[in-house]
Amino acid sequence: MTAVAMVPTGTANTASVKAAFQRLGVALSEVSAADDVASADALVLPGVGAFGAAISQVDALGLRRSLQDRIEADRPTLAICVGMQLLSPASEESPGASGLGVIDTPIARFGLDLTVPQLGWNQVEAAPESRFVESGWAYFANSFRLGTLPEGWVGASTEYGGEFVSAMERGHVLACQFHPELSGQWGARLLARWLADTGVTT
Amino acid sequence: MTLAARVIPCLDIKDGRVVKGIRFQELRDAGDPVASAALYEEQGADEIVLLDVSATPEGRGNALQTVRAVRAELSIPLTVGGGVRSADDAADLLEAGADKVGVNTAAVRRPGLVEEIATRFGAQCTVLAVDAAATEQAWEVVIESGSRRTGLDVVEWCEKATMAGAGEILLTSWDRDGTRDGYDLALIAAVTDAVTVPVIASGGANAALHLVEALESGASAALVASILHDGDTTVSALKTALVDAGIAVRP
Repeated sequence: MTAVAMVPTGTANTASVKAAFQRLGVALSEVSAADDVASADALVLPGVGAFGAAISQVDALGLRRSLQDRIEADRPTLAICVGMQLLSPASEESPGASGLGVIDTPIARFGLDLTVPQLGWNQVEAAPESRFVESGWAYFANSFRLGTLPEGWVGASTEYGGEFVSAMERGHVLACQFHPELSGQWGARLLARWLADTGVTT
Repeated sequence: MTLAARVIPCLDIKDGRVVKGIRFQELRDAGDPVASAALYEEQGADEIVLLDVSATPEGRGNALQTVRAVRAELSIPLTVGGGVRSADDAADLLEAGADKVGVNTAAVRRPGLVEEIATRFGAQCTVLAVDAAATEQAWEVVIESGSRRTGLDVVEWCEKATMAGAGEILLTSWDRDGTRDGYDLALIAAVTDAVTVPVIASGGANAALHLVEALESGASAALVASILHDGDTTVSALKTALVDAGIAVRP
């Protein structure tokens, strides 16, 4: 498998991810086996719904090891929403479920005094050294988030009852808590920058 | 900084066209859904809601076509509701390109539906659409496009559905729908006091002031239809007015 592939972590929202890439001239193919994860030039790990359900789907397809290897090897990978959370070892959302553990920090719920899920547009503050993320408004749909930036990653932060990590990048790997595919022209530009970096021609 | 208040154009869809009525009746043509959605996105809409008001098997097929066509163009979130009776119906809409699915009448008839959809696709994807008619004391849930009263208390129903996994409430005042009399602010306050999920105020908008009132009454978002479709105002003009009133919006 070549070009840009997507891990089918669940039914919801993948049509929007596909449509966003289609507008950039890229047809996403779906991963069906570990070899596809290894061979894709660029890989998208989307995710909606619960942490536990998403990681179960990864395991059911036998993709855990190949995803870990791919990210450790710094192959072009984009993780979105719950896809980003899967990089953690665990989440308060699904006690007992173990994530990919690419980073050490677990995922925690937003404070109980907030309107949750966080549904809507919030401001992203990108680090000056970020290669992919620029500051701007992004669309979020989440109840859980990463509180602190792991070592070795360049982050972007957003305020919702305190700061959380709204995106992080390391080499060719980009993880977004927000939905770039739903974040208007700002999101489309972010996807285009990531795509350009993967070397995939559109 | 905090989450921006949202302005959400709503397109009622029938046979591939946008329609708009008053209290869900007297439907009139209001344009092409793809062109309308694209125009509103360009004006700064934060999301789009599509409601399939056809309620026939042929209509459902057409609605899926419309969702696909709108999705191909739209790079902001899309909520689709109308006639969703099962988690499989929700799956069809999501596969066609919806990001969130609204449930209404079928959830009142069979409350387990909310939990089924939320368990399968997540709370952030499960929108409870409620049509509320004022009674002497409070508000009563009405179904089947407002033609049937249920005796169900709106606030209690919203509490129950959010416990079952609804992640957002699309709260329509049946009394105000299409009337341009302003949102039912007491209804918005009663529901937002009772639940912790975001509430979208719907029904009755005629001016930016009405949106300001709804958002100040606790709504996270305001739904608008008639005033946009009739060309009386634009999303950008509404957002400018919200900013002037001190409400944070996405520029």
